[in-house]
Amino acid sequence: MSDNTENKNISAPIEEEQYSLNDDRRVKVLSPGTMVAKRFFRNRIAVVGLAILTFMFLFSFVGGIITPYGENQQFYRIDIQNKEYAGAVKNTELRYMAAPDQKFDSILQAQVVLATQKHNDTFAYRNVEYGVIEEGRDFYRITLLESDTTIGIAYKDIVTPSLEGKNLEFEFVLNALKAYTNGQQTFHVDGAGYNIDEDGGVSSENGEELAFISRYVVQTIIPGSFLSRAFQEELVAELEAGADRFVFTDTDGIEHEYAIDYKADVKNWVIRQATETRVYDTYAAPSCEHWLGTDRNGMDMLTRLMYGGRVSLIIGFIVEAISTILGVIMGGLAGYFGKWVDNLIMRIVDIFYCIPSMPLLIILGAAMDAMNVDPRLRMVYLMLILGFLGWPSMARLIRGQILSLREQEFMTATEATGVRVSRRIFKHLVPNVIPQIIVSVTMGIGGTIITEASLSFLGLGVKYPFASWGNIINDVNNTFVLQNYWFIWVPAGTLLLLTVLAWNLVGDGLRDAFDPKMKR
Amino acid sequence: MQKYIIKRLFLAVIIFFFVMLIIYALMRCLPTSYIEAMARQKSLQPNSKSYEEWMAQLTEMYGMDRGIIAGYFHWLGDFFRGNFGDSWYYTVPVIEKFNDTVWLSFWMGLITMFFELVIAIPLGIIAATKQYTKTDYTISVLAIAFISLPTFFFIALLKLLFSVKLGWFDLFGLVGRNYEQLNSLGQFLDKCHHLVLPILTLVVISIGGLMRYTRTNMLEVLNADYIRTARAKGLDEHKVIYKHAFRNTLIPLVTIVGGSLPGLFSGALFTETMFSIPGIGYTSYHAMVAGDIPFSMFYLAFLAILTLVGNLIADILYAVVDPRVRIA
Repeated sequence: MSDNTENKNISAPIEEEQYSLNDDRRVKVLSPGTMVAKRFFRNRIAVVGLAILTFMFLFSFVGGIITPYGENQQFYRIDIQNKEYAGAVKNTELRYMAAPDQKFDSILQAQVVLATQKHNDTFAYRNVEYGVIEEGRDFYRITLLESDTTIGIAYKDIVTPSLEGKNLEFEFVLNALKAYTNGQQTFHVDGAGYNIDEDGGVSSENGEELAFISRYVVQTIIPGSFLSRAFQEELVAELEAGADRFVFTDTDGIEHEYAIDYKADVKNWVIRQATETRVYDTYAAPSCEHWLGTDRNGMDMLTRLMYGGRVSLIIGFIVEAISTILGVIMGGLAGYFGKWVDNLIMRIVDIFYCIPSMPLLIILGAAMDAMNVDPRLRMVYLMLILGFLGWPSMARLIRGQILSLREQEFMTATEATGVRVSRRIFKHLVPNVIPQIIVSVTMGIGGTIITEASLSFLGLGVKYPFASWGNIINDVNNTFVLQNYWFIWVPAGTLLLLTVLAWNLVGDGLRDAFDPKMKR
Repeated sequence: MQKYIIKRLFLAVIIFFFVMLIIYALMRCLPTSYIEAMARQKSLQPNSKSYEEWMAQLTEMYGMDRGIIAGYFHWLGDFFRGNFGDSWYYTVPVIEKFNDTVWLSFWMGLITMFFELVIAIPLGIIAATKQYTKTDYTISVLAIAFISLPTFFFIALLKLLFSVKLGWFDLFGLVGRNYEQLNSLGQFLDKCHHLVLPILTLVVISIGGLMRYTRTNMLEVLNADYIRTARAKGLDEHKVIYKHAFRNTLIPLVTIVGGSLPGLFSGALFTETMFSIPGIGYTSYHAMVAGDIPFSMFYLAFLAILTLVGNLIADILYAVVDPRVRIA
């Protein structure tokens, strides 16, 4: 061809050459290898298979180098999570406090409710008369009518101590509430004066904050934390204003934003704090940084696919290598020696054929799971087991071929020239079977990749942190992933399907190409 | 013939003996701590026996206190007396659980096989008769594609399409939510409805192999001399193919189909598991993953027997169907 293009403008010599009848012009001599290659490349489907395989190799082995991410590199995203911070409820029921050394039990409390609802100022219980004195708005003092001693108070506005863990004394609460519910600014207990500001804060005369009165109960949800009075006051103000957001500047001057939700069914407010958390960027949709998104561990999907391809292809090769070597040796021995050797080896082959390999692999996988075998070691075991289970079919193939080959003249010749037996088998017989071996290995790699992927899919083959196409698809067992994150499992499945398909197509093409009887 | 069958049977028994020896040895090679841990875990299940009872049963059943060979004979003796022990995972006798589940798998397998034969054989023959045409290429590539299809991926795709997008079928299970309220016909139809996708899966993944096999055999027959003779004497093509060629193609087909009959009982591990169909495949998968040794041993032995019986049937059929085969 290149000669022709070079001599394009010189027409005369070409014509001369075309009409020459020299042997090398009429008969093209091709080596058997070239013939096979020619026949192979004429098969368009097989060439497609070869193209797919080339792509897969580039994708897995070169892609893994090119990609900017590592196999196990995890990605994070900043997530704004609304964590529940506090709860608030507007008190609508009477609460009670018993005076020191007085009994004010729940039955009496119930009687108080009845009395206040009927606007009675006395009630009797078990022949004892009690007085209910309305001291202020929604604030009652309960006394024994006989002796006029106060046994307790009932109130709706709640007095909360400013300091955590401090208990307020009854007299203090009584007087504070009395003053608060009547709109007074000051009150006295035991000679000491106290002030109440308009928000309900109670402080001593020298300005020390003591307590805080409010109709709202604000409680922290996070254990071990305490809400400052300022926070409670501001929150209550916002609640009364019906706001749904609330910004609070704490003593260090840092602004915090809170979301306020009113839950109508339980009549309380939930205050959520928006906090920024760094989380694994799991199941991120495909984007410029991650072309195929990220998986459940926040790893780049495309990179995982590349490394998974490496694992699948390498395992396919190694397993086939093991089973081919074993198969060639056993098959060669059986075919060459025949008689009892053949019989023995073929019965072993029968036995191996009969072993249910998939269930066995599952059981071994589960046992390795239970024993926490290191993932790398596991991969080695997996290859060894698969290779060891795979040799019988190769042995059977080789044996069948060699049985007929050994009767041919060239074998008599080797015998006559005194070639060693091992040489006769592996140098003279086996090379004649190489076409069949190549076809069988090519198809076998496809099968091995499926087996490995199936095991990994069940979680019993290649394990995290190593990627394999099988264990990438494993996530589809989660129905949510199946429904919503196609990019997690469809690419891996497609690659797997294409690779196995390509191996089979190439194997098929090779079989046809090696077949000398093939017409086209 | 009789002598041949007896010889084959004898061989099958010997092979079974060694297969189970290998499997038994593997089971024994599992570290004892693992078995003990499993027994302990199982004993914590509700309605379960105590740990000591499990261990005693296990030791007794598998001859754990003996050497591997002696223990193996002990286990084999029990096996042939029909004493399979109690399943750890299901806490019922193994044979009971097996009986409960195997028939569902069998019916699934039978329906699958019917569709497989009805679809694959005609397509294989068409491909062979139209060799090197577009039809042939399409069928051949489809066959390879079906063979290459990873079951689990195909199932996931089916589920996405038919269950999620179209909503025609449930994602899991053999029976629907309102199964209990249906009458017996409704219950039957409900089960059928839930089996559509699993059977579709099984048909698609099994069809490719048979299609290729039919095509190869048909091509071989079509190249035979008697076909040339038939054509030469002027028979029409239809008659050549369906009377002369097809009948001869049937010889290997009958053999392979007959050989796969016992396989109907072996269950479909992936398909049943992914669709949560309580057949033998699903049941044994969970038993195996949970380290249920009695059930696993039984299932492995069962599969080995099925394979052996299948080979036996194939060999015998081969001799029966093809009168040219002479038995040595």
